[in-house]
Amino acid sequence: MAGKVKWVTDIEKSVLINNFEKRDWVQVSENEDWNFYWMSIQTIRNVFSVDTGYRLSDDQMVNHFPNHYELTRKDLMIKNIKRYRKDLEKEGNPLAEKDENGKYIYLEFRKNPSSTWIMKPCGKAQGKGIFLINKLSQIKKCNCFIQQNINNAHLVIIPCLLEERSLIYVFMYKLGFCRFCTVKYTPSTSELDNMFVHLTNVAIQKHGDDYNHVHGGKWTVSNLRLYLESTRGKEVTNRLFDQIHWIVVQSLKAVAPVMNNDKHCFECYGYDIIIDDKLKPWLIEVNASPSLTSSTANDRILKYNLINDTLNIVTPNGDMPDCRWNRSPPREAMGNYQVLYDEEQAQTENADRDLRSRSGQSLGSKGSRGSAGGRPTTATWK
Amino acid sequence: IMNESTELSLTIAQIVQRLKGSHLHSQIERQAKECLHQPEIKLGSLKEDVRNFLKTSGGGCWQPPCHPAAPPEHLKEPLAYMRKAQASWEKRVLKSLNSMSTELGVPLARMRPAVEQKELTNKWNEMGTDEPDLSRFRPVYAPKDFLEVTIPFLRNPNHDSSEEVNVRSHWGLIQVPLNVRDIPKLRQAFSELNLNTGQLGIEDHAHIHPDLFENEYVQIGKKVVEEQDSAAAQQYSRQGCPTGLRADLWALILNSTNQPQDVMYYEQLKAGVIHHDLLVDNLIYKDVKLTASNDDYYFVFEDYLYQVLLCFSRDTAVLEHFKYNSATPPKSYIEGKMGVEECAVVYPPNVAPLCYLYNEPSKLYSVFREMYIRYFFRLHSISSSPSGIVSLCLQFERLLQTHLPQLFYHLRQIEAQPLRIAFKWMVRAFSGYLSTDQLLLLWDRILGYDSLETVAVLAAAVFAFRAENLMEVTSLASAEAVLADLSTLKVMPLIQIFLFATAI
Repeated sequence: MAGKVKWVTDIEKSVLINNFEKRDWVQVSENEDWNFYWMSIQTIRNVFSVDTGYRLSDDQMVNHFPNHYELTRKDLMIKNIKRYRKDLEKEGNPLAEKDENGKYIYLEFRKNPSSTWIMKPCGKAQGKGIFLINKLSQIKKCNCFIQQNINNAHLVIIPCLLEERSLIYVFMYKLGFCRFCTVKYTPSTSELDNMFVHLTNVAIQKHGDDYNHVHGGKWTVSNLRLYLESTRGKEVTNRLFDQIHWIVVQSLKAVAPVMNNDKHCFECYGYDIIIDDKLKPWLIEVNASPSLTSSTANDRILKYNLINDTLNIVTPNGDMPDCRWNRSPPREAMGNYQVLYDEEQAQTENADRDLRSRSGQSLGSKGSRGSAGGRPTTATWK
Repeated sequence: IMNESTELSLTIAQIVQRLKGSHLHSQIERQAKECLHQPEIKLGSLKEDVRNFLKTSGGGCWQPPCHPAAPPEHLKEPLAYMRKAQASWEKRVLKSLNSMSTELGVPLARMRPAVEQKELTNKWNEMGTDEPDLSRFRPVYAPKDFLEVTIPFLRNPNHDSSEEVNVRSHWGLIQVPLNVRDIPKLRQAFSELNLNTGQLGIEDHAHIHPDLFENEYVQIGKKVVEEQDSAAAQQYSRQGCPTGLRADLWALILNSTNQPQDVMYYEQLKAGVIHHDLLVDNLIYKDVKLTASNDDYYFVFEDYLYQVLLCFSRDTAVLEHFKYNSATPPKSYIEGKMGVEECAVVYPPNVAPLCYLYNEPSKLYSVFREMYIRYFFRLHSISSSPSGIVSLCLQFERLLQTHLPQLFYHLRQIEAQPLRIAFKWMVRAFSGYLSTDQLLLLWDRILGYDSLETVAVLAAAVFAFRAENLMEVTSLASAEAVLADLSTLKVMPLIQIFLFATAI
C-alpha cells in the first residue's frame, strides 16, 4: 500500500483520535499533505468556498459534503422536501397522495405534532438559541413515554459517481440513544421559561441541576425497542422502526438532486426524530455533526464504536482513501451498521421484480427488512 | 379454639399457595366464573352452601402436610436454627429502624395533614421531581450487611464441620447441611434447557434455523395466551417468552388478571399512601434515588417505582403471606387507628425490570406483588427452602467447588471468596447487573421452573466464563473488577453450557 494514511482533525475528541491511532495513521497539520480530514462544519465551509478553489485528489477524504446544509439547515430541508413532494406529485407517485381535505397523507408537515415543540433557529447547533413554543397544558395527559424522543439515530451516507449518475448508499446505525428530559413537565405555564423542560441537547441539559452523570438522561434505542415490544407488541414496534427508516430514506432522496456528488465525501448524519403518542415518528431535524463529546461512559463507548464502524466502511482495512473504492463492504466489516438503502441494489431489484414474482421466489425475511427504501410504495405510513 | 382457627387459616393459606399456578387453579377459576351466572347460585349464602356441600359429599378430609401436633411455626420453617437466624436478623432491622425513628424524631407512621395529602395527590405521577433532604436517613442495610450478619448465625448445632476435614469438606462461607441439587440433578430438573431443545435467548441452534424456531414458537405462545392456560404458560416459559408476549404470559403464570377489583385494590393502597406517611417511605425514596435513578436501564421508570413501592409497603395481603414463611416482618401501626392497619417493613425488591412489561400501574403492581410473594421474598429472608438465599449461596459454592476447584481454591487463597462477589447478584436475582433483555430471559426460567435455582447456576456460570481472567488476579478488588460489568453477557448460552456441557 502507498504508505500510511495522514490524518488531520480540528475536533480534538478522544473518540476520534483513539480511532486514528488504532489504525496506525499519522497525524499531520492542515497545511501539510493529508488524506483524511475529520473537520467541523465551519472548516468545510472554508475549504470548499469559491475563494479557495480547493480541489481534492483521489486519495483524500473528508467527513462532510460541501453542501450538507441542504439537509441540516431546517429551512432548506423543508424547502427540499416540499420540492420533492411536488416532483412526486407531477409523476403521479402514490407517495404524494392527498386526503379529502387536500392534505398529504404521507408527506405531511406539522408545526407541532403532539402539542409543544422545540424551536431551533436555522444554522445554529447543539442547543444554542433554542426556545420553546406553545402551551404545555395538554402534556399532563400523556404518560411519561410520550415526553421522550429518539435522538441520534446515526447513519452514514456514502455517495459515489458512477456513469455520470449518482448512487446513494445509506447505512443505518443500529445503536443510538433516546434523550429524555431530566426535569418533568408540569401543567403550569410558569414552567415555560424553564429551559430544561423540553430539550434534548446535552449542551443545555448539563446546566440543569437534575443532570445525572451516570446516564445523562439517555436511554439506548435497544431498551426503547424492548419496552415498546413488551408493552405494545412486535408488529407495532416493527412498524415504528420501519417508518423511521422510511423517513430517513425519503429525506435523503429529497435532497439528492441538489447535493454535490462529491466522491471524496461522506457524512455521518444524526437524525432527531420524535415519537408521538400514537407511535408515529416525526422528523425534527438532521445534524451534520453529531456531538462527539461523551457525557457518560456508555456514551463514550457508543461514540468510539460509531467512529470505528464508520471508518471501517469509508476506509476499509484502514487503507489509503480511494474514491473509486468498492462500495459494498462485507457484512463482517459493517459493525453495528446495517444497509438501509443501496441505490444500485434497488435498481437491480426493480428490474428483477417481475422475474422473481413469476418464479414465485420470496425475499428473505431478514434481508428485506434492512432495505426499507427498496419498497417505498408499500411502506405503511398511516 | 383460637389456636385451631389460626392453624386452619394457615393450612388454607398453604393450599391456596400450592394451587396457584397449577392447571387445577385455572380450571377452578374458570368453573367458578361460569357458576356465578347460574341462577341457583346465591352469593349471599355461598359460604354456607359450599360448607354444606362438602359435608354431605364427604370432602374436606385433607391431611395437613406435617405432623398434626407440629407447632404453627413449623409450617413457616421446619429448622429451628433457621428460624432463629431470621428472627435475629429481623430484630436487627427493627432496632435500626426504631433508633432512626427516635434519633431523627420521625415517627414510624403518622397521618398526613390535609394540605400534604392534596399535594401528594397532585404530584402522584411525578414523585421523582421531589427532592427532599434525605441525608439524615441512612439505608437500613445493604446486601453485604445481610451476608455478614447471616453467616455466623447459620450454624447447625447438630453439625460440627470441624470434624470432617477431608477432601469433601466445603471451602465456602456457607456451612449448613442443606440439600442442594448438583449438576446431574439439575440436568434432570431443568431438562428443557438442554443443548438440543430450542431456546429463546440462544441465537445459534445446532439443528434448527433460529428464525424458523422463533416463528413457530411465537405461534405456540399466542395460542397459550388465547387459551388462558396458566400451567401451559408456565411450561412454555421454560424455553423463554417472546418479548411481545411476555407481559401476558407472566400475568397468566402468576394468575394476575388485572380485574376491576385489582384496579380498585390498587386505588385503595394508593389512598393509603396519600393518607399516611411512613418512615419507610423515606427509605424507599432514598433507595430509588440511589439505585434506579442512576441506572442506565431503569431511570426512566423512576416515577412508577415510587408508586409501586409505596403501595407495596401498605399492602396487608403481603403480610398474610408471611404466615407461612420464616419471615415475620416488623410492622408499624398507624397512631390513632388502633392498630387496625399494619404496614410491613420489607426490603424494597426488584420491581424495576417489570416496568419494561407493564405500563399500567395497577397491572404492574399486581404482577410485582405476585413475583415478590412467590419468589423474591426468598432472597431477603433466611430459610431452608431450595429457592431461599441460603440454599442458593450453598448451591453456588458447591457448583463452583465441584466443577472449578482450582478457581475456587485460588480465589480463596487471595481472600476473594466467590460468594462475596456473587451474593449481590443473587440477592437481586441479577436485576441491575444484566442488560434488561437478558434479565427477562433469566426470569422467564424462574417463572417457568418455579424456582430460583437458575440464579445460582448463572452466578457459577459467570465465574466459569471468566475463569481464565480470574485465575490471574491477585486481590479481591481485581477479581471484582473482572466481574464488574455483566451487561454484555448472554445468559442462556452461559447457563446451558454450564449445565449441559460441563464434564461430570
